[in-house]
Amino acid sequence: MTDGDIAIRVRGLRTQFGNQVIHDNLDLDVRRGEVIGVVGGSGTGKSVLLRTIIGLNRPAAGTIEVLDHPVTGASREQMLELEKRWGVLFQDGALFSSLAVDENIEVPLKEHTAMSHEFRKEVAALKLRMVGLPLSACHKFPSQLSGGMRKRAGLARALALDPDILFLDEPTAGLDPIGAAAFDQLIRRLQQSLGLTVFMVTHDLDSLHAICDRIAVLADHRVSVIGSMDQMLASDHPWVREYFHGPRARAALG
Amino acid sequence: MAQGEGAWLETWQSDRGQVLAPVGRWAIGDLFLVEKEIRARAEAASGAIIIDLSKVDTLDTAGAWTIYRTARNLEANGVAVDVVGATDDQVSLIEAVRAAETEVPPDEPTGNSFVNMVAHVGQSAIEIAKETGDLVGFFGQTLVAAGRVVVRPRRLRATSLFYHMEEVGLNAIPIVGLMSFLIGIVLAFQGASQLQRFGAEVFVVNLVAISVLREIGVLMTAIIVAGRSGSAFTAQIGSMKVNEEVDAMQTLGLDPMEVLVLPRLFALALTLPLLAFFADIMGLVGGALMAWITLDISPATFIERLRDAVSLWSFWVGILKAPFFAFLIAMIGCYEGFQVTGSATSVGQRTTRAVVEAIFLVIVVDAAFSIFFQIVGI
Repeated sequence: MTDGDIAIRVRGLRTQFGNQVIHDNLDLDVRRGEVIGVVGGSGTGKSVLLRTIIGLNRPAAGTIEVLDHPVTGASREQMLELEKRWGVLFQDGALFSSLAVDENIEVPLKEHTAMSHEFRKEVAALKLRMVGLPLSACHKFPSQLSGGMRKRAGLARALALDPDILFLDEPTAGLDPIGAAAFDQLIRRLQQSLGLTVFMVTHDLDSLHAICDRIAVLADHRVSVIGSMDQMLASDHPWVREYFHGPRARAALG
Repeated sequence: MAQGEGAWLETWQSDRGQVLAPVGRWAIGDLFLVEKEIRARAEAASGAIIIDLSKVDTLDTAGAWTIYRTARNLEANGVAVDVVGATDDQVSLIEAVRAAETEVPPDEPTGNSFVNMVAHVGQSAIEIAKETGDLVGFFGQTLVAAGRVVVRPRRLRATSLFYHMEEVGLNAIPIVGLMSFLIGIVLAFQGASQLQRFGAEVFVVNLVAISVLREIGVLMTAIIVAGRSGSAFTAQIGSMKVNEEVDAMQTLGLDPMEVLVLPRLFALALTLPLLAFFADIMGLVGGALMAWITLDISPATFIERLRDAVSLWSFWVGILKAPFFAFLIAMIGCYEGFQVTGSATSVGQRTTRAVVEAIFLVIVVDAAFSIFFQIVGI
């Protein structure tokens, strides 16, 4: 595997808050164009890992490279360049509450491109439709939307700059099963048509089954098992066994 | 893939029609270079157009949209369009864009600005009337809840009460003390320089004592507390509202009035008079210090003059107002907190309103008291 095939490379990562160690000597490779699902028990630092990779947390030790550029120790300018190449969907969308949905999508466009007002509106409307939101949602404010619509709007904003990598923090949490399945399909479709690399933190067995190419299990402060769903089912790691062979897993995986 | 080389458009005439060939990075950051040109070309085109994508290095959704829109507009104008040279990925991207095709929704109509202004004034007036009604209703609800607690004192949340007393009372002592001390100094200093001209320096004592005791001590305290604690009440209750904690409380059979409002109200009603008393003392100390420095009036003389200058009523007039101010500040702080809806912006707006309304009403009520005391002759 050459370097160009790796979108995210984490080596020897250590994160800690005070004396509490979250990750220790964590290694992870995410390949270009794959959908990777990160699972783990509560408190194993799934979201912390995501936040550390996108530079919101400073790791205590280790290196992180995204698209062959270092995140750890990057200058402000380098970070900005990287930030244009990834999109992040936070748990509840994290839309700016003082802006309407279309204005939310236009924020990165306004900030990072020189396109005309008219073209910007077109692109924003296009993204809105690509994530399956009705045009009537365009001028609404985040507080007027349902949870599922907020997530879709957040996804549209994350996709605004046509990123190479999409980071999703529990994209289907809090959605009804039909909405969650539709969201899974949406991510899969966008991933295929836009050639995205998707890094997804999730608890949703259905999502893992439906759209993830590989699954990384966080346990004992590091990625203890990584592989396809079949490999997960065959693994004899106790937590993985319990997770993928528990009653909910049996129901979800059939 | 070379980065940052920009996007441009090549065009030539072939035997099958005019060729438009996008070159370079047709991606979101570079499209502004060509967006006008391709629009103009499309409008001017006639006959057959061939869009040749074989020279494009990078194509993203925005680029695909530009090409798709151009082709669509050309076809709508009756021009035959042929898109050639696209890779499979590019074809599927254009297909994805086509599937999501949409019109840009019109901006919300803004209408006539004068009409809007009149409508805005009207809406504000209606809103103010409604809010006033609500506020009065809230006063009533609070009184009922307070009545229940007076009848059955065990319902009062003592822990919460003491916590808020510490928060709004004890912790406010440094700032309240410092402010009134400084006000005392300023009053004495300004008063001295005026009264000296008449040789009536010694009346500085009267000036400082009357103004601090009757008005400034309690008023300054109320204004500081409104800014410090009234805003805190709104922000606390508002965030709980956003977080649905208030709803949760109700479903658990807890009365938000009893749990959230009464402890804050009683805490403020108990501590504001004490703070005002402290402010009075500090104001007098400041005044005495300045009188000593600039006019050579010794502290002993100051205290002696103080006894002649003010009656006990001057002191009581100030302190009596404190519980009323406390009631207003706590009521408005809590009321605005409950009015928070939905978002973080709303918390900010309501907090601002709480402070402005509380200070405004404190001053209005102070003026009313002033007139009242004048009439009853105190």
